[in-house]
Amino acid sequence: MKSLPIAYLLKISKVNQLFSLLFFILFSTAAYAGGEGHEGHAEAKFDPGKMITDHITDAHDWHLWGEGHSSVSIPLPVIVYSSARGLDVFMSSAFHHGEDVHNGYALRDKKIIAVNEMSGPAATATEDATVTAGLWDISITKNVVSLFVSMIILLIMFMSVAKAYTARKGQAPKGLQSLIEPLVIFVRDDIAKASIGEKKYMKFLPYLLTAFFFIWLNNLLGLVPIFPGGANLTGSISITMTLAVITFILVLINGNKHYWHHIFAMPGVPTWVLFLLTPIEILGVFLRPFVLMIRLFANITAGHIIALSFFSLIFIFGQMSAGAGFGVAIFSIAFTVFMTCLELLVAFLQAYVFTLLSAIYIGAAVEEAHHDTHDHDAKVEEAHII
Amino acid sequence: MELVKPAFGLIFWMCVSFFTILFILKKFAWPVILKSLDERERSIADALNAAQRAKEEMANLKADNEKLLQEARNQRDLILKEARDAKDSIINDAKTKATEEADRLRRIAREEIQNEKMAAITELKNQVATLSIQIAEKVIRQQLSTDDKQKTLVNDLLKDVKMN
Repeated sequence: MKSLPIAYLLKISKVNQLFSLLFFILFSTAAYAGGEGHEGHAEAKFDPGKMITDHITDAHDWHLWGEGHSSVSIPLPVIVYSSARGLDVFMSSAFHHGEDVHNGYALRDKKIIAVNEMSGPAATATEDATVTAGLWDISITKNVVSLFVSMIILLIMFMSVAKAYTARKGQAPKGLQSLIEPLVIFVRDDIAKASIGEKKYMKFLPYLLTAFFFIWLNNLLGLVPIFPGGANLTGSISITMTLAVITFILVLINGNKHYWHHIFAMPGVPTWVLFLLTPIEILGVFLRPFVLMIRLFANITAGHIIALSFFSLIFIFGQMSAGAGFGVAIFSIAFTVFMTCLELLVAFLQAYVFTLLSAIYIGAAVEEAHHDTHDHDAKVEEAHII
Repeated sequence: MELVKPAFGLIFWMCVSFFTILFILKKFAWPVILKSLDERERSIADALNAAQRAKEEMANLKADNEKLLQEARNQRDLILKEARDAKDSIINDAKTKATEEADRLRRIAREEIQNEKMAAITELKNQVATLSIQIAEKVIRQQLSTDDKQKTLVNDLLKDVKMN
């Protein structure tokens, strides 16, 4: 009875070919939605908050379907290092769904902690707080796998496109080339050239292109509910922070005298105003990458949360009665399809916005003194509205 | 909140992966793609420029042709005009000459006629005079056969003289 809503919905959905197709596509998400929260108790209440949090946060295994002991997930390597215990590498399956201690490590709230016991049940184990504090966890988590997959896709995609350009020199683009080419031109002309300027854009173009396609691809992969998609990579603060920090470092390294002069002593402003303005400007230097980080993270995570919330409705109503669950499913799926269409747009838009803002910040940093600075300030302000 | 806490492991792998892919793409993919795009754009621009130039040349050529044609047409018109003038002048000359010749012939003819006429008149006059003299001789001879008649005549003549 524990998985009654899904089974029931699937059985009824056979009546309708269209719906069965939709269910097939959305199955893994739905299966996940039913998972973990129950811990094997047939009457356990469905907890949408926990389900959604489980889905959008990182994990040490890649959950596919099922719940508790019967759940099926891909075990991923755990790599931990501490100065006290040295390097430890083992598969996450050794934790037995987080219930066992392995080699002095246990899984608590999806995080690896060091415990005093070497084996036994995780629930009764006592944490070794000093070792946990000095623990470097570089495990290949769900997000890291997703990251590797996207990197491999990017690598294959662009190496083949580059090869196509060499092989078909001077000819019209074909296949994948035709998909990539307008986007490359878009990033080059409308983002890099427009924001950084004709003279200096080439230096930053490789980063902007890589960032754009990395974000876009991962946004799209996040929308695919089945393995290897579905990880919330670009909605992960670690990823967006890394990208924002790269932009920040590029601004710091490449900021010219003109840029810093504007930050610390805005020309044409009375001295007493500078006491007010300079702290704001300095704050702005840090605020810009911070906003970059938050915007991408929040947009993508919100998209995942909305889609999952619609699915949660099915199971919330399904627990009341199977009929209500099915009735709500129709609307939930319709809304999810709509939201996914919107998310397709958001996936591109956020990649665009991140790259554009990075380019504008870099552009402001490398801008030559003779330019009309007010124009550029206006551009930065305008960009912030997005 | 677990969600907004950066994870060291993920950042570590992100840095490793991202910089690796950035390095690889920067080295092997982006320069090739961007260079090809630039080259293609330049070749398209060149082709467009060449087409524009060809078009302009074509227009120039056409204008030249037009000019040549116009010149030829003018030349032809000029030649035709000259020919027409020549024809007219020849005809006029001929006409003038013909008229002059005709006039001259007529004048000669007239003069000859005049001469002949004068000669004929003179001869006629002479003959008339001769005849008159002969007639007068015969008349006088008859009328003056008597002395009366001679007297009468002399009187008549004298009368006339007095009148004057």
